Amino acid sequence: MKKRVPLVITFVTGFIVIISFFIPHRPFGPLETDTLIWYSIILGFTLLIGVDSLVRLHVRQMRRRKAGWWYSIVFFAGFFYCLVIGIMSVIRTPNPFQPGTIFFYGYKTILIPLQSTMFALLAFFVASASYRAFRARTLEATLLLVAAVIVMIGRVPAGYKLWTRLPGIANWIFNVLQMGAMRGIMIGVALGAVAMSLRLILGIERTYLS
Amino acid sequence: MILLLALAFSISAKDTPDDGGGSITVNVYNIPEGTARIELSRLEKGDTLFKEAGLISIFKGECEDVSVIDGVEYLYRGKAIAKDTFYIAEIKGFVTSSPQWFNKSRTTVLIFLILFGSVVLTYIQLAKKNPEGLFIRKLPALDAIDEAVGRSTEMGKPVLFVPGLEAITDAGTLASLTILEKVGKKVAEYGSRVIHPNFDPIVMTTAQETLKTAFAEAGRPDAFNKDDVFYLTYEQFGFAAGVDGIMLRERPGAIFLQGYFYAESLILAETGYSIGAIQIAGTNATTQLPFFVAACDYVLLGEEMFAASAYISREPRLLGSIKGSDLAKVVLLFMIGAGVIFGTIAGIAKQGGNPAYMQIFNKMLEFLARGAK
Repeated sequence: MKKRVPLVITFVTGFIVIISFFIPHRPFGPLETDTLIWYSIILGFTLLIGVDSLVRLHVRQMRRRKAGWWYSIVFFAGFFYCLVIGIMSVIRTPNPFQPGTIFFYGYKTILIPLQSTMFALLAFFVASASYRAFRARTLEATLLLVAAVIVMIGRVPAGYKLWTRLPGIANWIFNVLQMGAMRGIMIGVALGAVAMSLRLILGIERTYLS
Repeated sequence: MILLLALAFSISAKDTPDDGGGSITVNVYNIPEGTARIELSRLEKGDTLFKEAGLISIFKGECEDVSVIDGVEYLYRGKAIAKDTFYIAEIKGFVTSSPQWFNKSRTTVLIFLILFGSVVLTYIQLAKKNPEGLFIRKLPALDAIDEAVGRSTEMGKPVLFVPGLEAITDAGTLASLTILEKVGKKVAEYGSRVIHPNFDPIVMTTAQETLKTAFAEAGRPDAFNKDDVFYLTYEQFGFAAGVDGIMLRERPGAIFLQGYFYAESLILAETGYSIGAIQIAGTNATTQLPFFVAACDYVLLGEEMFAASAYISREPRLLGSIKGSDLAKVVLLFMIGAGVIFGTIAGIAKQGGNPAYMQIFNKMLEFLARGAK
């Protein structure tokens, strides 16, 4: 019974959502949008569980004085800043993200620069990963190195200055060789996802039930 | 201003096809030169005054009026406004909107789904009858789970499992839970610890249950610590920073990056590499695969993730579904090959003065592309 009820719910819901994809007429048509709204509502409630989990984690770290426990102080400062300022901004203006509000000021001057910093780190990680991947130890790695050098040089004006045909070759590698391989993987992913969805709807795949 | 009834400028309106009703599509033809904007107005049957119904895009020459009521008849009028003059055009007769019972633009998707579903179901039935006749090739990334967890345990380090940045509705996230179950069982058997930071709170609760069951099935329900499965943040780079911090502080011996990832994939994988952990990645995000291949020890490429449950459990019905999707892939491969050959022949024939084949080819493409709408 503990497993049969969720399986029946999954089957019925999955079947209805498939039907609604092909039937735009009410009551089926809007079901896809409706389920997404339901999901957003559920997510709103589960976010509370998430916040509870996060607060507990940091309280525990502070209590046990684990390595880097003082980062938890930074967390609580940010947490209460967002909570208090966010609520205040909502009371004062309907949209806290409106320029001029304290909440937006914090968002613009703290969160966005922090996110940009993390994103900028990617450039260094790409460099270190490329260095390892492009070491010409095997035939495949050598091919990868040659293709990458052509694409990189072909994409900058200096490449055109070196050889006028280089950008064309770079584009051919990118649009034909790379795209062909990528589409092959994409077809596999799509078919795999459909097969997995069928397994879930039919109750063959039950891992999510634990 | 001078009112001109331009003969060439005209509009037409029809019920928007393949929709759930409440929409009429209006098209304009021969837009006069110098038109700055086209205003649309409509008259409800029984009324005497035209009411504003929006603007028609000059570039698209089309507008969808979504404020109509099904069954009510409307008369549309377009007003093309130029610098010193304007032109008026009206549709011939009233139009009405209605919902459709079948979205014809998705016919190809339905045909594909029926065929694909039939093949998969047939193979599942065949697999139940003859479970011995099913072969699945080796997936080194899944075989390496034991080694990764074992090494981590020997080093006295925990295992880190990151389920990606997508919701539980994503097939990749669901596939990652299958792998989590296997990892959880191994961790419980070896008496190690698994840390599971989450981007989505629904995934967090599901992962908690999955690990709890895995530990119980391994005979170590007491070893499961619910607090090791926790929520981090809903911010992409905040999550990346948080996971990187965990990697540097906890120094896990094995890292599993399983699920759907975005630009943070390489940030996570490179940090994992820098601490010397065995990294087993798997994603259905094709754009992130090269990063994982470059930075991780083992990678489950796209569809391999979806085969994980069949590979781990060796359950005949699951193996049958993998076999079925493989057959569908072979059929698609032949269809693509046939399409390329036929398209090439049609192109050559067209150059030779016979466009008939190209017309057939274009019709076929149009039919197949309809499902993409």
